[in-house]
Amino acid sequence: MRFGFFLKESLRALTRNAAPSLAAMLTVILTALVLGLFIPVVQATTGTANRVRHRVVVNVYLANGITQEQQTAVHNKLIGLPNSKEVQFISKDAALKELEASRKGTKEAFNLLGANPLPDTYRVVPKDPGKVQHIVNALVTTDPATGKKTFAVAGIGDVRNRESDTSKILTATSLVKSLTAGMAALLVLASIALIANTIRLSIFARRREVEVMKLVGATNWFIRWPFVIEGVIVGFMGGLVAVLLLWIVKDTLVDPLANRFALIAAPNTIHFPELIAVLLVSCVAVSAIGSGLTLRRFLRV
Amino acid sequence: MADAPTDISPPARRFERREPPVGRNVPVVEFDDVTKVYDKGSVALDRVSMRVGRGDFVFLVGATGCGKSTCIRLLMKELEPTSGSIAIAGRKLGEIDRKKIPYLRRNIGVVFQDYKLLPNRTVYANVAYALEVIGEPRASIRRKVPDILRLVGLSTKLHNYPDELSGGEQQRVSIARAFVNHPPLLLCDEPTGNLDPETSIGIMQLIYRINKTGTTVVVATHDREMVDKMRRRVIELSEGRIVRDEVSGLYRPDESTSEFAIRLRGELGIGMEGHPN
Repeated sequence: MRFGFFLKESLRALTRNAAPSLAAMLTVILTALVLGLFIPVVQATTGTANRVRHRVVVNVYLANGITQEQQTAVHNKLIGLPNSKEVQFISKDAALKELEASRKGTKEAFNLLGANPLPDTYRVVPKDPGKVQHIVNALVTTDPATGKKTFAVAGIGDVRNRESDTSKILTATSLVKSLTAGMAALLVLASIALIANTIRLSIFARRREVEVMKLVGATNWFIRWPFVIEGVIVGFMGGLVAVLLLWIVKDTLVDPLANRFALIAAPNTIHFPELIAVLLVSCVAVSAIGSGLTLRRFLRV
Repeated sequence: MADAPTDISPPARRFERREPPVGRNVPVVEFDDVTKVYDKGSVALDRVSMRVGRGDFVFLVGATGCGKSTCIRLLMKELEPTSGSIAIAGRKLGEIDRKKIPYLRRNIGVVFQDYKLLPNRTVYANVAYALEVIGEPRASIRRKVPDILRLVGLSTKLHNYPDELSGGEQQRVSIARAFVNHPPLLLCDEPTGNLDPETSIGIMQLIYRINKTGTTVVVATHDREMVDKMRRRVIELSEGRIVRDEVSGLYRPDESTSEFAIRLRGELGIGMEGHPN
């Protein structure tokens, strides 16, 4: 019965005091729209950055003519490294084919050479591309004076991680990631501030009403509940309209283009149902909490 | 009654039982050496002490800014006194927790000069709100609200909104709301301040009738005519001090017509300083 009363009160306020509520709802719609567009963009960007980072690998070349036991020992050592996520074995022949595929004309060159000069290779994909140097350090110790390399396990011919490429990839992607993260944080903050502010205005218009309620002996929560429920309704309706608009945009614009643009089709972006849920829940939460907190100022009588 | 202590006859005991535990001696309102200084340093009340007994009808009079409204707001616990203590029915306001203030206010009806009605509710809903707040069941709200509105003479305007009513009618709604759950204390802050004399009389009659039901009434006003006609207890404040407390007083005591005329002219003189002639 109590809940029914509060619901009735908030609906009355919504219908009889429509202008401020409508303004609040519009704000919710706009911010939810911007967020709904921005979240997938951020995710696609970071997803692409992450995929670029996964190209950072360590190549471990095996020495020529090693025994099967030595090779197993190297393999086990690589798997056992704390930062290794994946260890691929690329045989001489596979390496040759890969090279031939990537560069035309190499086939003739190798034919001239007569034999395959490439060594068997283990390709180690690091868990954290930023710490790729740890893997190298675990496998090789270089004497600074002579430049002579000693390897942790017998049978390793050489260890390389294409240093210049790696450092470029790492700095560029980390810059992109931190930029988008910063923008996302700013946008979320701005949305919360905007919604809270609009709600504040709509409550400010009714502060006299709150004052009268206090005079006849209403408890703070008795006054607050209808406003919070009103916030929930406004947030939910605004979120719903925004989601509807997003869905229309997705259905008419994004989906047909997805086949052509890799960024739109990026597999790491949030799925649409999850996006809807996140948007709706955050709209409702922000506007309900916003109403509740704003009231606090007027309840101090 | 003289032989009552020796006689333990049933009637005497029944008489004692009927007395509430607080007793008739505990005043409904008690100000004890109350001082209120506002943040900016202006003194609103200066060591005010007064008592209002159960069922009393008291006028608080004095010029604007003498501390009448401050008294009312202190009683509502809307303000805290700077020093001294205030008690309502023996309960010290200083000891009431912030969270209990709403429960205190449910026992005090308040009427204001500007009515303070909720503009987007009908007359009925405005009065009903005071009952909904205290968790009254819906059935009893449906019974009580039309009753009280009939009592204040508004039974035909249940579904009008406040802005469709005259000032007097709005004040009646406000009185109905203040009295609908029969609080033991009714505070009125300039209840007739916005009304013409004739309407004022109707409002005062209503307040008087409420007082007749046993409710203690404190009316802050500067409506001299009203105070003079009612011949009730008058407490006069001046610059935050009580300067007079008479059992049945006039707004300004012992003032002949000629004295009043002199005062009036004097006041006019002050007002006309800008026009020397």
